[in-house]
Amino acid sequence: MKKKTSYIILTLLFIFIFVLLFRGMHNTNTYKPSEIKNKNLFEFSSKDLFLNKKVNIKELLVKKNFTLINIWSSWCVPCKLEHEKLMNLSNLDNLTIIGLNYKDKPINAKKFINDLGNPYSKILLDPDGTISIQLGAYGVPETFLINKDSKILKKYIGELTIEQTLEIEKIIN
Amino acid sequence: MRDLKFLLVIILSLFFLQHYLKANENFLLVDKISKNLRCLICQGQSIYDSQSDFALSMKLLIKRKLEQGNSEDEIYQYLKNKYGEWIVYDPELNKKNLLLWAFPLILFIIGGILIFRKVFNN
Amino acid sequence: MFFSQLGYYSLILGFLLSLFLLFYSANSLKLSFQNINQKIFSISFIQLFTVVLSFFCLIYSFVISDFSNETVYNNSHTTKPIFYKISGTWGNHEGSILLWLFVLTLFLFLFIISSKKQSIKYRLLTIFFQQIIISGFFLFLLLTSNPFKFLFPVPNEGLGLNPILQDPALAIHPPILYLGYVGSSIIFSASLSALVQKNINKNWATHIKKWIFATWIFLTLGILLGSIWAYYELGWGGFWFWDPVENVSLMPWLSLTALLHTITILEKRLLFKSWTLILAIATFSLSMSGTFLVRSGILNSVHTFANDPKRGIFILIFLFVLIFLSLVIFFVYQVKEDFPKNKIFFISKETSILINNWFMMYFLSVVLIGTTYPIFLEVITNDKISVGPPFYYKLIVPFLFPFLIFMAIGPKFNWIKDSYKKINNQQIIFFVISILTTFFIVVNSSIEDLLLSTLIVGALYLFINILSDLINKKNNFSQKISHLGFSLLVISIIFNSLFSSEFSTNMKVGDKVNFDNIEINLKNIDTIDKKNYKSIIANFEIVQNQKDKVLLNPEIRIYNQPNILTSEADIKSSILEDKFIVINLVKGQEYFNVRYQVKPFMIWIWLSTLILIIGGFLSFIKKYQ
Repeated sequence: MKKKTSYIILTLLFIFIFVLLFRGMHNTNTYKPSEIKNKNLFEFSSKDLFLNKKVNIKELLVKKNFTLINIWSSWCVPCKLEHEKLMNLSNLDNLTIIGLNYKDKPINAKKFINDLGNPYSKILLDPDGTISIQLGAYGVPETFLINKDSKILKKYIGELTIEQTLEIEKIIN
Repeated sequence: MRDLKFLLVIILSLFFLQHYLKANENFLLVDKISKNLRCLICQGQSIYDSQSDFALSMKLLIKRKLEQGNSEDEIYQYLKNKYGEWIVYDPELNKKNLLLWAFPLILFIIGGILIFRKVFNN
Repeated sequence: MFFSQLGYYSLILGFLLSLFLLFYSANSLKLSFQNINQKIFSISFIQLFTVVLSFFCLIYSFVISDFSNETVYNNSHTTKPIFYKISGTWGNHEGSILLWLFVLTLFLFLFIISSKKQSIKYRLLTIFFQQIIISGFFLFLLLTSNPFKFLFPVPNEGLGLNPILQDPALAIHPPILYLGYVGSSIIFSASLSALVQKNINKNWATHIKKWIFATWIFLTLGILLGSIWAYYELGWGGFWFWDPVENVSLMPWLSLTALLHTITILEKRLLFKSWTLILAIATFSLSMSGTFLVRSGILNSVHTFANDPKRGIFILIFLFVLIFLSLVIFFVYQVKEDFPKNKIFFISKETSILINNWFMMYFLSVVLIGTTYPIFLEVITNDKISVGPPFYYKLIVPFLFPFLIFMAIGPKFNWIKDSYKKINNQQIIFFVISILTTFFIVVNSSIEDLLLSTLIVGALYLFINILSDLINKKNNFSQKISHLGFSLLVISIIFNSLFSSEFSTNMKVGDKVNFDNIEINLKNIDTIDKKNYKSIIANFEIVQNQKDKVLLNPEIRIYNQPNILTSEADIKSSILEDKFIVINLVKGQEYFNVRYQVKPFMIWIWLSTLILIIGGFLSFIKKYQ
């Protein structure tokens, strides 16, 4: 009897491991930090691109009901591609868009804005990338949807898709 | 005696090797921490090895936080809050990872018991 | 194109032969001795021939850059040097599965011609089990990983020109590794066969021991080559990262090394038949599991092949079928150990080997659990964690000290029964010498790591013991050489890890930087246009301790096709230390990020592993009296 039960346990363990490995294969193997639900935005101050004055992000958040913080660089190709969508979003009433210029040269950033248009009510600088890390971002472009109380509602990694812009519009209305 | 000759040979060779056996005093804590962190862009590398923008910014941030007086563990905790436990190579010792740390040790003890019984039950 | 067709149909033939051999060998077992057809052995040779032919067809397609073959298109390029065109054959998934088949059929054939003194039924059943594995791989190849897929329209140029893969060590690392890794299949098949035939005796142990040593030599050598490549090519100055793919090659090695020790007990005293079988099954199972982990896309690693879920599922099912089958056979044909007759005494060589196995299995479990735990955790709880070098360090290093001590005194004991008096005054003196020497080193070099200091004691104690044995007694020479190699390896790794120093800074031409007693001077930059890349060579002069001057020239290569930037380290190796320098571009090309490292005893790490392998080789060719 003892042998029979140990055989059954062994077989069950076998099947269990098989199922786990089978399901493991369907997970992606690259890591993406999971969504920060209901976390507060890290408060930071930084220089404005045009005015050269230091601004605290908290002051900017209260201007409208919702704020979009978009991390971008002039050397980042997907940023160029998503820029038009940001231009469209900047027309929305309830929303203000703040740009965080990541590891860039002010001259290049200004040229980028001149060429492609400015959807941002303010552009802040992150010359060494440390502000972005403290926001929890790790690359460009990344976009955060924040409400008046500094709560992060949504985080978008990579170039904004049309579905994501529609989602943003839905949330702010 | 042969054994004294040994002692002599080894001590002499060590005098010679002494020049090469200086432990590195310039050991930077930033390096130690960044070696323990994973790069999110180049996911097969540590922050220390990676040359990606993310890694370079991260190294700056670590340096700054150390200067502000944060301890090594505080920095790991801070980064885990932002990016998840995945970012640290050294797995935490918590309920979820208990099996990870304990299982090999349990197996070692079981192995020891098995051998003990085999050798002493005669 | 013709060669692709030839290669493909050759594989089909090989597969059909595999099915034929499966049925024929199973059938022949029922026949009496006189009626067994010797032709079955010739057919195995033909099967080997079909695989070799197919393999050469693939190599040839690579050499002539036949881009009508999809595998060649994906992995080769007309401008690749011919050496790398050839090695590109096995540097991709499909080609490497063909390499699996090559080693599987080659080892079976070698087994057949070298086992003529064994019973025919044993040989037939080994062929049977090996053909199960072979037919599985043929199916896998033909159904999911065909290296002879036709591409139309035929492209003019291939895609595969990753410069990181064009390196001599990386070119020969897979074949050598596979000879060990895949070669353990024959140990698996032969052990199952011996179990069913109730053939497990001292004669069989001697016979299988040769195979264990042969595969072990290649596996160790394969792992060594991988580490050498990582050190010289990847520019981080390390040689082992506990990356999942590295671990996957280490696990069968640990199991095989344990088996290598256990088989000697089986040979001398016919003990631990079951345990030996478990190790034999486990080694190949670990190889198969490793193949699954690496090719299914389940792991997050830079080493993994391009993943395809269909392939993953196939290997998973195949792997579980093989393990299930072997476990069923193991339990059905259980061996009865003759314990009342053969006792094991506490102080004996058998116990020493048992203790060796005990520790090896512990190390194996650490690596196995560390590698697979994140996978299981993610499936069950959706949490992702990382298990990296600190985990392995914390769980392995503390156990190394007792392991080294046992390794020093274990081999001294005789078979069957010995006395504790063997741990005599000489041993105590050796231990004291080890402690004093370590103390001397620690004090003079301001080492703060207590754990590593204890390890040095253990490693020195082992080293002194072996040295003394080598000088005094002439027996077991090959074993002593291997153990000597291992003790040197441990010492080299400890010293390398304790005394390495590194320094990182940004410099431009003309800069001079000082740290410790070292001055780094970036004298100038040479920019050279080569055939397929632009080369930026930085000329450094390093002065150590105001007297030793060294010139180092690390390089950055900017390739255009594909658009990749690689950094080639310059390493000056001497018998006592390596000077290692790597540069990277900082945005804008005005500055370079310079990383300079001094790594003591690197050459000794490679040399001691070679000594370890040589000892194994000497054991392999040893003829008994």
